[in-house]
Parts: sequence; C-alpha cells; structure tokens
Amino acid sequence: MKRGLGSLGVLLVLLLICWGSEARAQALVADLTSHLIAITTGFTGASVVLFGATDGPGDVIVAVRGPEREMTVRRKSRVAGIWVNTQQVTFVNLPSFYAVAASRPIADILSPAAAAFYRLGIANLKLAASTPAPSVVVDAFRTALERTQQEAGLYVERMGKVDFLGERLFRTTITFPSNVPTGTYLVEVFLVRDRDIVSGQTTPLVVSRVGVDAAVFEFSTRQPGFYGAIAVLTAVVAGWLASLPFRGG
Amino acid sequence: MEIYLPIAEVSLDIFVLLGLGAAVGFLSGVFGVGGGFLLTPLLIFIGVPPTVAVASSANQLVGASVSGVLAHWRRGNVDFKMGYVLLVGGLAGSILGVWIFTLLKRLGQIELTISICYVLLLGTLGALMMIESIRALFRLHRPGASRRRLHQHTWMHGLPLKARFRRSRLYISALLPVGIGFVIGIFSAILGIGGGFIMVPAMIYMLGMPTAVVPGTSLLQIIFVAANVTVLQAYTNQTVDAVLALVLLVGGVVGARIGTRFGMRLRGEQLRFLLALMVLAVAAKLSVDMTVRPAGLYSIASEKG
Repeated sequence: MKRGLGSLGVLLVLLLICWGSEARAQALVADLTSHLIAITTGFTGASVVLFGATDGPGDVIVAVRGPEREMTVRRKSRVAGIWVNTQQVTFVNLPSFYAVAASRPIADILSPAAAAFYRLGIANLKLAASTPAPSVVVDAFRTALERTQQEAGLYVERMGKVDFLGERLFRTTITFPSNVPTGTYLVEVFLVRDRDIVSGQTTPLVVSRVGVDAAVFEFSTRQPGFYGAIAVLTAVVAGWLASLPFRGG
Repeated sequence: MEIYLPIAEVSLDIFVLLGLGAAVGFLSGVFGVGGGFLLTPLLIFIGVPPTVAVASSANQLVGASVSGVLAHWRRGNVDFKMGYVLLVGGLAGSILGVWIFTLLKRLGQIELTISICYVLLLGTLGALMMIESIRALFRLHRPGASRRRLHQHTWMHGLPLKARFRRSRLYISALLPVGIGFVIGIFSAILGIGGGFIMVPAMIYMLGMPTAVVPGTSLLQIIFVAANVTVLQAYTNQTVDAVLALVLLVGGVVGARIGTRFGMRLRGEQLRFLLALMVLAVAAKLSVDMTVRPAGLYSIASEKG
C-alpha cells in the first residue's frame, strides 16, 4: 500500500522531530495523511491514516465525528391488524458519522466519568431527543437509532485498533464507507494515563464532493427550479435519442 | 462497478440500476403504466433515501414515457386529442389532490389512509378486469358465441360538448375524459403516483377506448404529470438526483422499446388479462406489507441540519 509506506515515511520524520526540543513540551502530536476525502463518481469509500507520537507510555483513543444532523426515528405497531407508524422521536445534534478507535478497550483504560465527559464510545454519545417522551421510550428509540447507524457503517467502534510501534509512535486507519455524509469532520486524539485523559489534540478533516458530482449538487441547491427544468429536459432528450436508432426498423 | 450519486449521497452498483430501469421500462412499454409503484420501493430497498427515490423515479419516468410515446406514435397508437383532454382534467384534479393531501396530513395518519385506499381501489379494479378479460379470452375460443356490444348507451352519452376522438374511434362528450382525468388527478396527487394504474383501466372500461391505443395515450399524459412532479420536487425539496435518473433512464428506454414491441404482439384480451394480474399482484403486495409484522419495527429519516 502506497499510502501506508508514505505514512511510515512521515512517521520517521515525526520521530526525528519528537527527539528535538520543540516537541518535548507537547505530550501528544498527531496528524492525518490527508485532510480531504474527495468524493468522485467512482467513490466506493476511503481510508485515511492517522499517525502520531506521545512523550512516553500511555494509551491512545481516536474519535472521529461527522457533521451534526437531525434524525427522526419512527416505530411501527399493530392497529386493527395493520402495521402503521404510531410513535416517533426526533434526535437533534447527533453526529452523522462517528468512529472511535483505541489501543485497548476504553473501559479498561479510562474511567467511566472521563469517557462520558469526552463522549467516547457509542454508548456515551448522549443522543438527545427533542420530542417530549418518557425516558424509557426515548431509550428504546435511541438504541434502535444506534443499531441502525452501526449496521450502515456510520457508527463504528474499533478497540485495540490503534497500533503502537514501540512505546511512543502510534498509528491507526480511519475507514469511511461509500455512504459517508459530506461536511467537516473533527478528528480528536487523546492520550490516556492512569485512567484519565492527560493530553488531547483536534484535527479537521473535510469530506467533499469534487468534479461533476460537486457541480451537480451545487446546481441543485443554488438554482433548484432551473435544475428541475434541466433534469426534465435531459430526460426528454434522452428518451427521444434512445428511440432514434430504431427508426424505420 | 459502483457509481456515486451526488444527491442521494450513496454509491451503488451501476448494473443493478441499469437492470432496475430496464425492468420498469419494460412494464411501461407493454401496459402504459409508469412503474413508479415498483421503482420507488426497489430504490429504497437498495439504499436510496426515500425522498430521493420518489423524486428521481419521477424524473426517469419523464424520459421513459417520451421514448414509449414515440414508439407507440410511430405505430399510430397515440390519441393526442384524448391525451390532452384527459390532461386538462388531470392537472385540475392534482391541484385539488395536493390540497386534500395537506389537509389529511394535518389530521395525521395519512399513510394509513393512502394504503387502505390503494388496496381497496386496486383490489376492486383488478378483480373486475380479471373477470372481464377471462370472459373475453373464453369467447375467443368459441367463435360461434355472440359478440358483446362495443359499449352500452348510458347517461354518460347524453352529456353535452360532444367531440370526435378519431384515433379512439369515439364520439363522446369531452366532459367524460375531463372528469376521469380530474378524479385520477386527485388520486395521483394523494397517493403520489403517476396514475397510469387507474388511468389505463378507466380508458378501457369507462371510455371504451380500443386497447391498442391505451398505452401510448396513457404514457402521453404521464410525461406531463411526471415532469410536473420532478420540477416541484427539485424546487421544494432538492431531492431529484439527475445522475440516478439518467442511469435508470439508459436501462429504461431499452426496456421500454422491448416492452412496446412485446405489447404489440399481444391481443387486447391478453393485454388486459396480464394487466389485471399485475394490478392484483400490487394490491396483494401492499396488503401483505400492511398486515405482516415488518422485519424492523423502527425506521429512520435523516434531515440535514
């Protein structure tokens, strides 16, 4: 893997920097091999390597959060023999994408209070409902939402997936599925010692459409009426063109 | 091979999409129905967000219908006059339909109302068509049997504003197709469908149009209904994925060509029998969906924010 080799090269450079006096003040340094995930027509998902160094032994937790969204969860139940949506709960400010990786299971290295405070782990996301409903109901809906997001590959927990090379260098691969939402992501890296977070760093990551896809999307939001008319016209022309070769046959 | 859809925000296999388009195009070529009833749920099933699926299938329908109408027109099987008269009623009806839709939505449980309406409508329609077409098929095998009269004279034929529809070989009041278009316009706006499913039987049984002219004429008016939906959806919700529609269309036009040729080979009775079969299958599928315990009780809708 070219990207893997490249990141190893960067790691070496970083190693040299770490030995310098400048970086000694910082307990944690980390960066990504790329800060842009470009979605093109052939996009099938992507991965980025995060690498870094610590100033001594410890564990590392990496959390990736996508842009926040609002989601409505509906539940079906049986009314007079027919299954219909009877209840719904809307969740606000929840990350459209969330991936967490750690060098060891979070529960083993970090206190529950700290994990909850830094919202590390899917169970600690604290998805807040804007619909007034009893907490038992909200909990059931939240579990359903978390499960669905996990099945879609949008909420991921990967324990033991931050690899240490020696005592101070670490790396992990962040994988994005093809249905990854676009927007600005935040990559948070934490250094954990004695069941507490001692240092942290945040790096942005942009997921964006490029080329034709970006143009189509821009057009559809900037001039929606015109876009609709063009879409209809394209369909008409395509339908007409498709019938041409058969003419007279 | 995967292709990224910019509005739907997912990557899907291009061959699956082409195949879907072709299957739906085939149906529309044979029967003159849009096929939105089939395309939309299938798109949702393969991972397209529901709102994008609804809007983009309307977009693909425009192209598929144009191609279908051209194919039928070359064989002289489109009654343009009838199509336009139906359309006038249809547009007026859809305006009223959108208003009723908003009203029902405010009262809640619109989905249930729609599903029940749909099953009752299609179930009744399908059963009646099935009985009629089977009778017609049997009559064919007994050449000595007396032929049914072309149509009975009822109160409908006493209406004013009589007009001649040459292609359909009809001399009826223009109020009749306008009224039928109006009622179907209401239904298609409420049910969110093109209306081909109701339009085709209404043309055959209520107007008494020759079966051969029906698919082309039905598709003619579907072009306008679908174009209207596409522009409205693009303008209000920004959910039309033109890339998705175009890929579906490439498959769709091929399917529609084959479907049109296949339909020409069938006799009127056979066509009506197959159509009845399909209408009943859709009604059965919908009632199963409503009554069988779904695999997942929870469903999730995402809104950007």
